[in-house]
Amino acid sequence: MNDKLVGQPLVRKEDPRLLRGDGRYLDDLGRGALAAAFVRSPVAHARITGIDVDEALDVEGLVAIYTHEDLPGRIAEPLPLLIPHPDLTHPRTPYCLANGEVNHVGEAVVMVVATDRYLAEDVAERIRVTYEDLPPVVGIDQARAGERLVHEDAPGNVAARSVQTNGKGEAHEAIASAPHRLALDLHIERSASMPMEGKGVLAHWDADDRTLRVHSSTQTSTSVRLAVAAKLELPPDRVEVITPDVGGGFGVKIVHPWPEEILVPWAAMTLGRDVKWVEDRREHFTSSAHERAQQQHVEVGFDEAGRLLGLSVEIWHDNGAYVPYGIIVPIVTSTQLLGPYKVGAYRVEFTSLYTNTVIVTPYRGAGRPQGVFAMERTMDAIAEYLGMDRLAVREANLIQPEEMPYDQGLVFQDGRPLIYDSGDYPTMLRMIRDLVGWDGFEAERAAAAAEGRRIGIGIGAYVEGTGMGPYEGAHVKVETTGEVVVSTGLTTQGQGHYTSLAQIAADVLGVGVGDVTVITGDTRRFKYAVGTFASRAIVTSGNAVAIAAAKVAEKAKRIAAAALGDGVAPEDLELVDGRVRRRADPATAIDLRTVAVLSNPLRYAFDEETKAATQFAAATATGEEPGLEATGYYMPERSTYAAGAHGVVVETDPETADIRILRYCVVHDCGVVVNPRIVEGQVHGGVAQGIGGALYERIVYDDAGQLVNASYMDFLIPFATEVPHIQTAHMVTASGLNPLGLKGAGEAGVIPTSAVVASAIEDAEGLAVRRMPISPSELYELRKARQARKEQVSA
Amino acid sequence: MKPPPVVYHGPDTVQEAVRLLAEHGGHAKVLAGGQSLVPMLNMRLTAPARLIDVNRLDELAYVRTDLEGVRVGALARHADVERATHAFEAVPLLRQAVRSVAHPTIRNRGTTVGSLVHADPCAEMPAVLLLLDGEVLLRSDRAGERVVKAADFFVGPMESACEEDELAIEAYFPRPKGRTGTDWRELSRRNGDYAMCGVGTSVRVDETGAVTSAKAAYIGMGPVPSVVDVTGADFSAAAEHAADQLDPEDDIHASAEYRRHLARVLTARSLKAAYEAVAP
Repeated sequence: MNDKLVGQPLVRKEDPRLLRGDGRYLDDLGRGALAAAFVRSPVAHARITGIDVDEALDVEGLVAIYTHEDLPGRIAEPLPLLIPHPDLTHPRTPYCLANGEVNHVGEAVVMVVATDRYLAEDVAERIRVTYEDLPPVVGIDQARAGERLVHEDAPGNVAARSVQTNGKGEAHEAIASAPHRLALDLHIERSASMPMEGKGVLAHWDADDRTLRVHSSTQTSTSVRLAVAAKLELPPDRVEVITPDVGGGFGVKIVHPWPEEILVPWAAMTLGRDVKWVEDRREHFTSSAHERAQQQHVEVGFDEAGRLLGLSVEIWHDNGAYVPYGIIVPIVTSTQLLGPYKVGAYRVEFTSLYTNTVIVTPYRGAGRPQGVFAMERTMDAIAEYLGMDRLAVREANLIQPEEMPYDQGLVFQDGRPLIYDSGDYPTMLRMIRDLVGWDGFEAERAAAAAEGRRIGIGIGAYVEGTGMGPYEGAHVKVETTGEVVVSTGLTTQGQGHYTSLAQIAADVLGVGVGDVTVITGDTRRFKYAVGTFASRAIVTSGNAVAIAAAKVAEKAKRIAAAALGDGVAPEDLELVDGRVRRRADPATAIDLRTVAVLSNPLRYAFDEETKAATQFAAATATGEEPGLEATGYYMPERSTYAAGAHGVVVETDPETADIRILRYCVVHDCGVVVNPRIVEGQVHGGVAQGIGGALYERIVYDDAGQLVNASYMDFLIPFATEVPHIQTAHMVTASGLNPLGLKGAGEAGVIPTSAVVASAIEDAEGLAVRRMPISPSELYELRKARQARKEQVSA
Repeated sequence: MKPPPVVYHGPDTVQEAVRLLAEHGGHAKVLAGGQSLVPMLNMRLTAPARLIDVNRLDELAYVRTDLEGVRVGALARHADVERATHAFEAVPLLRQAVRSVAHPTIRNRGTTVGSLVHADPCAEMPAVLLLLDGEVLLRSDRAGERVVKAADFFVGPMESACEEDELAIEAYFPRPKGRTGTDWRELSRRNGDYAMCGVGTSVRVDETGAVTSAKAAYIGMGPVPSVVDVTGADFSAAAEHAADQLDPEDDIHASAEYRRHLARVLTARSLKAAYEAVAP
């Protein structure tokens, strides 16, 4: 047998090409295409009173200017509400181009098409749009107050209000009758996905064929295809969507269709010319999507041992100006907040609020970092209150392995019950305790203090629902050259699918990983898929690839058995080292590539190889469809739950309040690991984004609704210099829900980072951290406030 | 983020560059490293009719050290200043400070003289020139060459004494006199970011180790880089005194009060380091 490839830390097949600069991104395509640019709203909330294009008309190179009035049919209607929900009572979605009113800075008002992007921007600069200002709603406080409205027909700015309870008693009663009670008010500020490559669309209309070919930098080519077909009123089979190399997604590119994904193909059809739009960085800041901003009020009741008896959480979620992606983020916060803990009676209520800011849609973690922040801050507050060890409080509340599967009594974002399928949380906490050096930390703290240094330690855990449905599929084909081609409908944007999916297929087919080519995100190759988001790709597509490859293997055995003759039965055969051979007699074998030749009975010979498949030569299995290929789908019944624990040691400068991370440790359980190197890379990247969210990244709007830091100079993504070495340890509790035992890993690293960094700063400083991110300037303010309180007390 | 139309000139000699400036000065911008100008063009925050690209003026690509000090030509990159060991030996503050200018890739393109002319109050090199009492050599068709003292060069935020028709030819950083120690330190949000507060200090001592002169220069603490003379006070009192002179503003990265606090802390640390570098 081959050594199994699943589980091996193979280097990524995609990297040499990308590192050499041979990647092919959206803007590398469509040379000679017309370029689109947009006039976008410079104000947060206003009625459009006029659009004057006169000055723009004499710019040489101008091809077309479109406003909302020019849009026909369904294109003139609001964009779809992608994920409806009964609690989303006041859904509002944007138009492709503003229809008389703008609701955030950056909303598209006019589309310009010109012979190149420079000229398109020259035209856009000369178009005069006049606005009648309306009062802007900025920030959660103003949205909650409801005195100003984003949408006149959404009272109180409320898009949705939702309550869930876990069926374990009435939370308020449980809290009221508990021996101890605490309340916390928490804040998480706005951040954003910020992929290095922004969005982009290229469209080609073939008027003879009446087909549309769209390239988009998206996380879901199949869904963009259906959305474009619906809006342009074309049969889906007339639309193909291809995803080239994608320079990061992190959630923002799962939203679809973006206005530009409709407008650019429509313009290409209307003009009969290729049209391209490439989002620039400023557009990405003001016109794509943000996430994270929430206020939370937590009430908790607990006993002497720190065990939770009741937990009530109220969440106010800033969803921006529109909700095209529904209320997924606050649903995830509400349900994943519980983490690995039993909390007694639980009640969570969220209010999703409109503001005159960019829309809010999932960004890696997708509401979980906020939920974990609430839960872990609560754990620390209980420890502080009871004078207990922070880890001991957590241990007192853990779900035990023998309680698996554990039903949290809630409904998850996939509409299915939130049931943890497997996990060993006590072991996980023991591992992070050792890895981060929890037990020896007081000595470390004392040693640092002797040098005048101040350090603190933080810890936290999370559970992440991954691998949700409805399904993914794959087509696996063995070429007559022996190459195995795996086509999957999901897209890839850095996750290493060309390697990890190849490992899975190679194991089943008994070939090397180098023999397998993976194709993603091209609806010409595979039409049915959901998309790459929510830590679902390896679970759903990985299992689909295994299922399809297994069908191919069975077919190969049937054809080989017929070809080998001599009473060889398919079940006597195995696929090893690129051959189909008899288990009992490995010398009796046939090359897999030859089986591929035989799988396609031929009338005509093209070369020596194919001669073997012609009618007077072949000994092929009868009744088989031609081609050594098969399609397989995996449809999970519900999500599978990965988990992890992080530990961090920070140093805070007693004078400057500078905050430095000295040590960052991760224990991670994503079930069976297909490629440990890739998983580790995913965790590292996630932690880097988590550190961004904890210490640096903050989208800032002023009172007028202007985004004041819409550039990489002022929106601080951590550099390599800000990300410490990350120590990781894996544990494996396989999922019983899917054949391969996999759980997702894509978002893991980012989830508890703000919580553990806050915990460590609290520990270093001895003051409460209730708002993230935190900067040195803010830590200085916290110190000053504490000093003022002390002076007040002593006075 | 594409620049508006602009007419490009690529002169081969200083004389030609100066002549172009005489002709188009009010409507032209000089392009050297382009690390500030190009982003501003792309964001259409500035729209000069003409660009005068001085990158072919190899005669200005020098860092020279003599008995007086260090002369940095208009086309010397920050990285050239950083790497020039002779310049470091003559004026250690140059390397101490230039390492805090953004990141290596930016230092590879950005020019020291360009940074001076750009006169960003958050930039390091203007404060260095000021602390060392340096000079800038300017040249125009109209007035020929003239030398402007650092104290007169930084007029306002993003505004230097370099006139529209003038080309900055060279910056001169004199050697510190006697036994002088220098130090540069700053605190920024991320490595290479503009500092929330940046401090450069210069401390001169006599043979006994007594301080005869102490000065501190600041960036990010007001509309122009500033120098405070703190001779005669102990270092922590000097730090208090200096911080009181500064007028920083709030921004999204740090409050004014925090910046002033940082000025106190960093000044005391910096003076101590500068002193210890030369104390007997």
